[in-house]
Amino acid sequence: MQQDTLVEINDLKQYFAIEKGIFNRKVGEIKAVNGVSLKIKQRETLGLVGESGCGKSTLGRAVLRLQEPTAGDIYFNQEDEKVSVLELNNRDMRKVRANMQMIFQDPFSSLNERMTVMDNIIEPLVVNNIGDKASRKKRAGDLLEQVGLRREYLSRYPHSFSGGQRQRVGIARALSIKPQFIVADEPVSALDVSVQAQILNLLKKLQKEMDLTFLFISHDLGVIRYVSDRIAVMYMGNIVEIGEREELLRNPYHPYTEALLSAVPRPGQRRNRIVLEGSTPDPINLPSGCIFRTRCPYAEKKCAEQKPEWENVEGEHFAACHFKDSLELKGIKNRKRA
Amino acid sequence: MAESKDSILKKIGNYIKNIFSKNKKDKYERLEYASQSQLIWYRFKKHKLAAFGLTVLAILYFTSIFAGFVAPYTHVERIGDYKYAPPTEIHMISEENGLRTPFVYSYSKELDPETFQYEYVIDKSTEYSLKLFVESEPYKLLGFIPMEHKLFGTGDKDAPVFLFGTDNLSRDIFSRILIGGRVSLFVGFGGVFLSFIIGSLLGGISGYFGGVIDEIIMRAVELLMSIPKIPLWIAFSAAVPRDWTAVQTYFAITMILALVGWTGLARVVRGKLMSLKNEQFAMAARAAGASDFRIITKHLLPAFISYLVVHLTLAIPGMILGETTLSFLGLGIQPPAVSWGTLLQDAQDLTVLADYPWHLIPTAFVIVTVLMFNFIGDGLRDAADPYSSK
Ligand SMILES: Nc1ncnc2c1ncn2[C@@H]1O[C@H](COP(=O)(O)OP(=O)(O)OP(=O)(O)O)[C@@H](O)[C@H]1O
Ligand code: SF4
Ligand SMILES: [Mg+2]
Repeated sequence: MQQDTLVEINDLKQYFAIEKGIFNRKVGEIKAVNGVSLKIKQRETLGLVGESGCGKSTLGRAVLRLQEPTAGDIYFNQEDEKVSVLELNNRDMRKVRANMQMIFQDPFSSLNERMTVMDNIIEPLVVNNIGDKASRKKRAGDLLEQVGLRREYLSRYPHSFSGGQRQRVGIARALSIKPQFIVADEPVSALDVSVQAQILNLLKKLQKEMDLTFLFISHDLGVIRYVSDRIAVMYMGNIVEIGEREELLRNPYHPYTEALLSAVPRPGQRRNRIVLEGSTPDPINLPSGCIFRTRCPYAEKKCAEQKPEWENVEGEHFAACHFKDSLELKGIKNRKRA
Repeated sequence: MAESKDSILKKIGNYIKNIFSKNKKDKYERLEYASQSQLIWYRFKKHKLAAFGLTVLAILYFTSIFAGFVAPYTHVERIGDYKYAPPTEIHMISEENGLRTPFVYSYSKELDPETFQYEYVIDKSTEYSLKLFVESEPYKLLGFIPMEHKLFGTGDKDAPVFLFGTDNLSRDIFSRILIGGRVSLFVGFGGVFLSFIIGSLLGGISGYFGGVIDEIIMRAVELLMSIPKIPLWIAFSAAVPRDWTAVQTYFAITMILALVGWTGLARVVRGKLMSLKNEQFAMAARAAGASDFRIITKHLLPAFISYLVVHLTLAIPGMILGETTLSFLGLGIQPPAVSWGTLLQDAQDLTVLADYPWHLIPTAFVIVTVLMFNFIGDGLRDAADPYSSK
């Protein structure tokens, strides 16, 4: 099936200055997102996986322009028109924003405790001047039912709900202005394992019903594997590998992906876990050449001298490694789809 | 007989149980639909000391607002020849009739032939009943309600009631305390309100925008905070012209207290804004397309308004003490206007204190007020903190 690209990210960078002293002297930069290029296709779920602190959330926020990125371009396909998101002024940005929403990690802090469930859900409608009071209320009630909660909960306050229920409210809120594209930043990692599956299934169901496109962020390969059509692997502010789910899992091209996969327990198979040496490098002084070389078991001289090229592929399997075609890496084999 | 008693007890027991279980359910339902501020109020009401403080302060504020009616005299009225009269004793037991309604005796001044000092002698020949709503000279309550009654008194000029005695100009100290409370109790609100505006504006700019502005404001705050308060107050009040009217001086003092007192608040606001602006619900509002103004007013401010209220409540007693200090030092309210500070000024003289100790009574009012505000502040803090033990 040929799908159109919905979101295209080109060489996106987000640096945070580190300042010290009373004169705010800039002593360095955290390169949280350091040149990311991606294409996200219409109605797919692109899973973004990586260790804590590798810049997943920062990338997610930058794509929605919740933070102003340092450099790069973001294109969004709106009604067959390619809009350059970072060049929009405030007013036009609002229109595009109605098409891009976010589901947050912590259901306890992403809802405003001081507003009722209804006011939380309809806020996107209110600030975008959509509908009147009655129609908003109806929509909020419909949404609650759609995410599996009772309509009567509308006038309650968030404090009386469990984490899973709150996350459902958060999802209803994100859906209220009928967006096409949703960044889900670790939407289940704060929840009990038993609730996680329910929320993931809900997201899958909603995706079908409403033709949604997801950028799904998680550090949990199991979750990513369950929801994604394609998977992107992130390391220290860079995407190091991207590909179709099964293909990438079975046949990884990048040593970091191999290490990540080796950490997943495999039933009926002896675990050959690859333990990476050392810790992640200092994000302020990134290593030369390949950023993974300080921990890569296959690193050679070339890796320190030359940065492996990244291609902004669409639908293909690609990795940023000099030796991607020659290395024989282990993936997850002989395992039924989850 | 015994059986019926048992069954009645059982019925009562069931009845009580029902009430409780019903209440429990009500309460449960109520909590789910309760807003954040309602929850704070429920918790606050459970705090005994705070409720006590609130009651005492309510009485204090009420009596001083309606001092015209509650106080038997005005603050400047010189009552006959009663200089340094001790507090009037109120009796309930009459020498002839035993227990009866409260009454007072009249006093008169006599020269002690040995010490050549005037002493007050109680004349027990007549019992003057204390009456509620006694008739008085016509006056205007709060300046516009015509009245002809006072809360209490004997209704007889020969038997005045001085609950807390009189001073060197034969003025009733009780009346002066109530009327002085109008300045002392309300200067706190004025001062806190002004410092709230200055503090939240500067703190808000500092916290939301950060950068150079933040640096400048925070350095100014630190500078102001490093100077001890009293010299700062004195320096400011030295600049207030002596010939200003009582009202003008009052506002000047409010300004001074606010100018010195906004710093703590600015810090609180700045810190809260800084931590809250990156919270997920603020992020969520931005994702929804909300403007900066909406994010600040609708999401950030309400999230820490309870902290502000606590902070402000705890700042009021500081303001009250400030006014008292300034007036005590003669830099604040000028006689004939009266405040608790000027009343304490009269208690400066050791000989006066030794002979007429009732001049210290205003101190008790200052202490009680400050204490009660602290009780309330504690109660509010416990109620506003969702992680408190309850
Ligand atoms: N506003 C900010 N100011 C300064 N540094 C930041 C800011 N936001 C993120 N960072 C830094 O950027 C890096 C990436 O953070 P990010 O939150 O994107 O990681 P993450 O992959 O989402 O991690 P996690 O799995 O823990 O959520 C971290 O080193 C973090 O400290
Ligand atoms: S380029 Fe070199 S260091 Fe980087 S992942 Fe490939 S082999 Fe390892
Ligand atoms: Mg994150």
